[in-house]
Amino acid sequence: MLQFILRRLVGAVVTLFLIGAATFFLFVAAPSDYASLACGRDCSPARLESIREALGLNLPVAQQFWDFMSGIVVGRDFPDGHCAAPCLGQSFYSGDFVWDTIMDRFPLTLSLTAGAILVFLTIGIGAGMLAAYRRGSTVDKLATGASMVLSSFQIYFLGPIVLMIFVYSTGWVESPKYVPFTESPFGWLAGLWIPMVVMATIFTAQYTRMARASMIEQLAEEHVRTARAKGMGKKYVFFRYAWRGSLIPIVTVLGIDISALLGGGVVTELTFSLQGIGRLAVDGAVNKDLPLTMGVMLFGAFFILLLNILVDIVYAWIDPRVRLS
Amino acid sequence: MTTLTKTEDAPAPTGPEGFLSVRDLKVRFSTEDGIVKAVDGLSFDVERGRTLGIVGESGSGKSVTNLTVLGLHSPRTTTIEGEILLDGKELVTATERELERLRGNKMAMIFQDPLTALSPYYTVGRQLSEPYMKHRGASKKEAKDRAIQMLEKVGIPQPKVRFDDYPHQFSGGMRQRAMIAMALMCDPELLIADEPTTALDVTVQAQILDLLKDLQQEFGSAIVFITHDLGVISSMADDLLVMYAGRAVERGSVKEVLRSPKHPYTWGLLSSMPRLDGDINQALDPIPGSPPSLLNPPSGCPFHPRCAFKDQVAGDLCSQERPTLAAGRAAACHLTAEQKQTIFIDKIQPRLR
Amino acid sequence: MSDNLTLPTQQGSTDTPSPEPLLKVEGLTKHFPIHGGFPIKRKVGAVQAVDGVDLTVGVGESVGLVGESGCGKSTTGRLITRLLEPTAGRITYSGQDITHASRRRLAPVRSEIQMIFQDPYSSLNPRQTVGTIIKSPMEINGIEPTGGRETRVRELLELVGLSPEHYNRFPHEFSGGQRQRIGVARALALQPKLIVADEPVSALDVSIQAQVVNLLQKVQRELGIAFLFIAHDLAVVRHFSQRVAVMYLGKIVEVGDRESIYNGPRHPYTHALLSAVPEVEIEGETPARERIRLYGDVPSPINPPSGCRFRTRCWKAQDKCATEEPPLVQLSGNRPGHLTACHFPEDPTTERRDEDVILDPALRALESDAEGGPAGKK
Repeated sequence: MLQFILRRLVGAVVTLFLIGAATFFLFVAAPSDYASLACGRDCSPARLESIREALGLNLPVAQQFWDFMSGIVVGRDFPDGHCAAPCLGQSFYSGDFVWDTIMDRFPLTLSLTAGAILVFLTIGIGAGMLAAYRRGSTVDKLATGASMVLSSFQIYFLGPIVLMIFVYSTGWVESPKYVPFTESPFGWLAGLWIPMVVMATIFTAQYTRMARASMIEQLAEEHVRTARAKGMGKKYVFFRYAWRGSLIPIVTVLGIDISALLGGGVVTELTFSLQGIGRLAVDGAVNKDLPLTMGVMLFGAFFILLLNILVDIVYAWIDPRVRLS
Repeated sequence: MTTLTKTEDAPAPTGPEGFLSVRDLKVRFSTEDGIVKAVDGLSFDVERGRTLGIVGESGSGKSVTNLTVLGLHSPRTTTIEGEILLDGKELVTATERELERLRGNKMAMIFQDPLTALSPYYTVGRQLSEPYMKHRGASKKEAKDRAIQMLEKVGIPQPKVRFDDYPHQFSGGMRQRAMIAMALMCDPELLIADEPTTALDVTVQAQILDLLKDLQQEFGSAIVFITHDLGVISSMADDLLVMYAGRAVERGSVKEVLRSPKHPYTWGLLSSMPRLDGDINQALDPIPGSPPSLLNPPSGCPFHPRCAFKDQVAGDLCSQERPTLAAGRAAACHLTAEQKQTIFIDKIQPRLR
Repeated sequence: MSDNLTLPTQQGSTDTPSPEPLLKVEGLTKHFPIHGGFPIKRKVGAVQAVDGVDLTVGVGESVGLVGESGCGKSTTGRLITRLLEPTAGRITYSGQDITHASRRRLAPVRSEIQMIFQDPYSSLNPRQTVGTIIKSPMEINGIEPTGGRETRVRELLELVGLSPEHYNRFPHEFSGGQRQRIGVARALALQPKLIVADEPVSALDVSIQAQVVNLLQKVQRELGIAFLFIAHDLAVVRHFSQRVAVMYLGKIVEVGDRESIYNGPRHPYTHALLSAVPEVEIEGETPARERIRLYGDVPSPINPPSGCRFRTRCWKAQDKCATEEPPLVQLSGNRPGHLTACHFPEDPTTERRDEDVILDPALRALESDAEGGPAGKK
């Protein structure tokens, strides 16, 4: 098991390196002129040259690549000062170090993700399992129907409706905003509950359907029937035998969803005018701020890899066949 | 909930009653395509210490019958009529809780494919211990001792070590032995084995069959043994029930049925099977056509569309009237006893040599 | 029924194998590599699925290949039809070495060697009509029979016992037995000389099995097609095959004419296999057969036993069996062509012995309890 995790970690580091290299060559070495983008609209040749110098663009490509990659590991010096590791470069637009900007925005994204996951996992999986347990009952029909309707909604549709009802027309609550949890837990929740609930609603619907389908499939497994043939009670069989297997598809999708959410929910943040990682990615693209875009991309890739490893570890925990092979 | 439609108020068992007694059992599934009459008016008895073999092809209703005995059918889509009496206790009307107390305790089941029938998530030891702890109120330690004892009895080497292994760490034959040990944990008085050796290799099958026979000698349970293989039945069972399209078509002791079968379907089964000592120049004599759909079974005798001897019955009796299966040694067929005798001696027996 | 067919009947009688066999396999070997290890993946072992198989199939002859799961019989079939690439050995078809023949060189041979698969449900494309399924081998090989392909397909449908009207139906409209007939018709479309049938009846119901066996037998006899009949059911193989080879863990342990293998086997494994077949025994009619009960399952082909591969389950095994691999040879007293790979062969009879061979400790314990001593618990 330890060897398995170790192997995956080594693999992840290698993959991150490759992604870093790919991003670098795509943006820096590709024909698009990096320096003139940094220079801005009214750009003099002299200024362009000085920017080239400052960015190290007159150095050989191999040297540039080395600087970029080593910057991530040990930090890097820019004319504006030292950029500590992990240094993802300096934004053209604001002049801030990319890593600092990301860290500035990340708490919001993390808060939204954590809040939404807490809600949709408990309610979604709970409702799905209940529906499967009472298959064919009113509860099941209700859960199936509701999740069908809700999962066809989108954040940019549901979000504005909720905002209109609670914020704009009635003024019951303030517009969503981020207050650090450490500063005021209540303020944190009060500021973010609307986007959390909207996000969670849509995910809950999806997870309800998935949990129900997965559970029903497991209940039809032969080993589940064997457990019943041994005289084990319905609840026992449900929670001991069927439940474990039904987790596998859920964990798989959950891993993908979490990494996507941490990489920044663009639509959510735009809908609720919040400044998170997703917004950062959009800003980077709109302003042609290449270091920022690259940084956000690498940051997202890191979570995808991390969640992949976590999912594999969870698989091994669920299924001894994975653990012992 | 099981939907129950009882035709009579008082249970009226006819004939001598066995330890397990099934009377006029009808099982129907509702599917998207319509109602499947999986079992249609089936009666049989099994006594303690004896083995009833149920033979039939896929879709004959043999497996459904036994899942129904244990109450493992899906209650949402299944309708059951008739009676199932286990040691005098009616099971069709029994509550889920009552059934749970019997399952794995007084009646146990062995399934076909031990790889899928054992949970991949728990150790063999835990899966064996569970029913013993539940039904006998045993402690974990007692259950473990019992499980190790049973694993040893069924021939698992190093049972103390293997107790903590997962099913996928066992080979196919060993897995089925573990399955048998699990079924025998609580000394069941009725053991239902549903094609227990079909997924196994022939040399392993021989081991498992002999093991079951020897274990029955020791435990004295009644066994219902379901298979499609007449060869397996002939070495395992005392009594035989031949099923076709959800109905019993022939019944008797194994010796009687195999020595002088009376139903055209049984004749067909026997003469379509090559034998190790058969005449190689004798072509096999298959039953024409395919088994019927149970969504829309044939009228009258369900076998009549495939039967080679229906011309010998006067009129359209075969396609109009369903032949009954009398108690004891009997076949559900409209042919007269003399006709059956003549056909068997003239046409069938010579082929079986 | 077949007289309106244009299939040329092959010459060569079935009784005396012609000097030049249709198919000759020498030292055929297939090892599937296993990759693993850390940090760099490498080959850490191999599944020795087939390990040095010698086999011949004469023109129009039907040869049976029996054995339990994992013995390599299916892999052998796939190697011969070149669906798999052999690791070592030689496959000669009509005097032509096709072991590693390229696609182009293989093309004319491929149409002469056809395969019938076990599962009639997954081996037919559900989106194609029966006509298309049977026609496509002809299209791929650019064969235009006289009267056109469609006529030919209708003839084939009739030959395998289906109605020519089934041409435009889809596989799901047919039962398992009928689908297997479609599979047979497809195999016949190219007028093959050799058909490799891999467990062609084991997925079918008993009453349907006989229909398909009879059909294959008719095809074999009337069209003179040679068969390699791969199956685990010894009775079916006996019924169908003139010669039979018994495989165990990737090797042929015994091969010979039907009579020798079934009535005078010499290899302990053949004895065990025959003894394990569940037969309908009607008392007083059949002579009692010997009772041999092995213990446990076939060992893994990843790490097969040294020397004789059967020795770990054999009651006659001695030290020699572990160190020396027995060659496949004709033992004294055996008919020509009856070869056995065993250091300590059994007597050539399958009759009941004075004492049963029971290697299973559980069976021994239970049976000695039942006979002597105080019986178990009840």
